[in-house]
Amino acid sequence: MRDLKLWGLKKSPWVFHVAAASCNNCDIEILDVLTPRFDVERFGIVLVGSPRHADALLVTGVLNRKSLPRVLRVYEQTPKPCLVIGVGTCTCSKHMFRASYNTVGPYDKYIPVDVFIPGCPPKPEAIILGVVKALNKL
Amino acid sequence: MSQIEQELTNKFPELKIYEHNPKRLYITIPKEKITEISKFLFEVHGLRLSTCTGIDTRDGFEILYHFSDDKTGTYYTLKALVPKDEPKIDSLAPWLPAANWIEREMHELLGIEFVGHPNPAPLLTAEDWPKEKYPLRRDFAPDLTMEDDFQEYKES
Amino acid sequence: MRKIVPIGPYHPLQEEPEFFKLIVEGEKVVGLEINIGYNHRGHEFISPKMTYDQIPYLVERICGICSNSHPLAYVMAVEDCAHIQVPERAQYIRTINHELERLHSHLLWVGLAGHFIGYNTIWMWSWRYREPVLDLFEMITGNRNHYAMNKVGGVRHNIKDDQMPIIEKVLLEVETKVNMLTKAVLDDPVLRARLENVGILPKKDAIALGVVGPTARASGIAIDVRKDDPHCAYDKVNFDIVVFEEGDILAKAKIRLLECFESIKIIRQCLRQLPDGEIESRVEEISPGEGIGRTEAPRGEVFHYIRSDGKNTPVRHKIRAPSFMNLPSNEIAVKGYSIADAALCLAAIDPCYCCTERMAAFENNKLKYSGKELIELSIQKTEQLKKRFNRL
Repeated sequence: MRDLKLWGLKKSPWVFHVAAASCNNCDIEILDVLTPRFDVERFGIVLVGSPRHADALLVTGVLNRKSLPRVLRVYEQTPKPCLVIGVGTCTCSKHMFRASYNTVGPYDKYIPVDVFIPGCPPKPEAIILGVVKALNKL
Repeated sequence: MSQIEQELTNKFPELKIYEHNPKRLYITIPKEKITEISKFLFEVHGLRLSTCTGIDTRDGFEILYHFSDDKTGTYYTLKALVPKDEPKIDSLAPWLPAANWIEREMHELLGIEFVGHPNPAPLLTAEDWPKEKYPLRRDFAPDLTMEDDFQEYKES
Repeated sequence: MRKIVPIGPYHPLQEEPEFFKLIVEGEKVVGLEINIGYNHRGHEFISPKMTYDQIPYLVERICGICSNSHPLAYVMAVEDCAHIQVPERAQYIRTINHELERLHSHLLWVGLAGHFIGYNTIWMWSWRYREPVLDLFEMITGNRNHYAMNKVGGVRHNIKDDQMPIIEKVLLEVETKVNMLTKAVLDDPVLRARLENVGILPKKDAIALGVVGPTARASGIAIDVRKDDPHCAYDKVNFDIVVFEEGDILAKAKIRLLECFESIKIIRQCLRQLPDGEIESRVEEISPGEGIGRTEAPRGEVFHYIRSDGKNTPVRHKIRAPSFMNLPSNEIAVKGYSIADAALCLAAIDPCYCCTERMAAFENNKLKYSGKELIELSIQKTEQLKKRFNRL
C-alpha cells in the first residue's frame, strides 16, 4: 500500500509553502518558479492552499521562537508520508543568525528534512533541481 | 546656524548642541524636559519622529530620539540619560502615536520603563521569552545555550 | 499560451495568534490587532559582534526585496561617522543600483496586488517583466538578489562599457511594458471601483504616525529622502516625486507605477553622466563618533545609526525599516471597510510579502475567515463588479 502511495506522490507532487522567519527572498524565488520563464508544470508541481492536501513541504527561513510552534503545527497537519524540502541556507544551518538570542536549532533538529537546497537565495533552477532530486529519492 | 537651532538655544539655554555636520545635530537634554522639547519640535516646527535608539552605556541608559526636518533634510537627535538603577522616562506615546511601537521595543529589549505608555506589552519577542532577560543590555549572557534553555522551558 | 493554474501561496492559520487579526461585525471591519515578531532574528544583537565590513552581508538579509537599501544606508552611516569621501563613479553606480531595485520592487507589488484582486494575469505579466531587471543584476553583480554591491567607501563591482547598451535595451523594454500595464490598470473600471476610496489614511493621522514612503506620499505628505537629503548622485539628476492627496489604495498604486518611469529616467541620466575613476576609497579606520545614514527604499525611508569607539566593531547599530512606521497605519486604514476589501487594504502599504499572507478575521473572538478565505472574498467581489460593468 505504501508503494502505491509513493508512486502516486511521484507523479504530481502537491506542494505547500511555509515560511518561518525568512527574509522573503527564497519565498520570492519559489514564486518565480511558477512564472512563465521556469515552467514547473511539466513536473506536475502545483502549489496548494492547505497543508492537509500537500505531499511536500517547502520550508524557508531560519526558525525563531515565535514561528517554531507554527511550523511544527503545519508539519503535524501534513499527511504522512510527506517530503520536506529546505530551501535556502537558513534551513541548512542557521546561516549568520546563529549568534542571535531568538533563533533556534536548524530544521532537522525538530522535523526530518529530506533535501536541503543551499544558496542565498538558491536560483529557481536550483530549486527545481532540488525538488526533482527529492522526488527521485522516493 | 539653522532657525530651529537658534530657537532651541534661546528657549533652552542649558542644552548642549553638537554639530557633526550641518545636517546632523546631536542635542543632550535633561530627561525631565523630554516632553516639553519634543512637543516644541513636533507641534511648533512640524518635525517627524523617525525612530528612537536605546544604548546601554557605563553612565546609564542613553535614549536617542531622532527627529527629521524633511524641509531641509536635517536630523535633530535628542539624547537623554536615565540611571541604571531607576530606568524611567516619560512616554511620548500618549500624544505622539509614532513613538508607540518603538517605546514598546525598547522596553522589552532594554528594560526601560516609559511612564504613561498606553500599552507596554512586548512587541517582538515570543510569549514564552523570560521577562527579566533584556537582550540588548551589556550583562545579557550570550553564551548561555539558549536552545537548552528553550527546550527545558517548553518541557516544563 | 500555457494556462498556469492560479493557485496562490495561501497560509491558512488555525488557532495561532495572527499577524493581522481583523475584528469584524457582520461584513464590516471594526478593529485590527497587529502581532509582529515572527521575523525577529536579532540583527541589532548580532551587529556588534561583526566587523564593519562584514555587516553589509548581514543587513542585506533583513528583507529580500529591499536588499540594496539596507546596506546602502548602513555604509552611509559609517561614512558619515568617519567622514569618508566616496568617489564620484561609485556614487553613480550606487544610484543606478538603487533605482533598478525600486523598479523590480514596484513591479513585484503590482503583481501581488493583482493577485489579491483576482487578476492573476497582472501577476504573471508584472513578474515576467521583472525578470529582465533581475538578469541585469546578475550581469552587473553576479547574483539576482542579495548582490552585496555596497561596501564602506564605495562599491564592489564596476559597470563595464559593454554592459551599458544592454542596460539601455532592457530599460526600453521595461518602459514599454510598464506603460502598457499602467494604462491597463488605470483604464479598467472594475479596478478603479475596487481601489478608489478604499483604505483611506487621512493626512492628519499619517503625520501623527510618522509614515514614510509611498504611504505618506499618497496622503499628501511630500517627503522623499532623495529630494530632502540628497545622497549618492541624486542631486545631479532631474526627476520628480509623485504625490497624491486622496490617501486611498488607487493613489498608492498610481504612485508606484509612476515612480517606475521616474526611476528609468534617473538610470538613463546616470548612464550618460557616468564619470571615469575609482569605485572605492581606501578606509584605514573608523574614528570614534556617531553617524546616521538614510535612503529611500521602495517602501520608504530606511534609517541606520552607528556609534563607534574606534575599534573594529560598532558599539551600537540601530536599524529602522520603513514598514515599522507604516504597519501601525493599517489600524486606521482598514477600519470601516468591508471584509472583501480588507486583504487589499493590508497589502497596500507593501509590507514584507510573507507578512501580508498572515491575516484572519474574528467575530466575537471566534475565527470567522482565514487568510485564504479573505483573499477569496476579495476575488469574488471583483467577479461581481465585472458582471455589473459588463451589463452596463
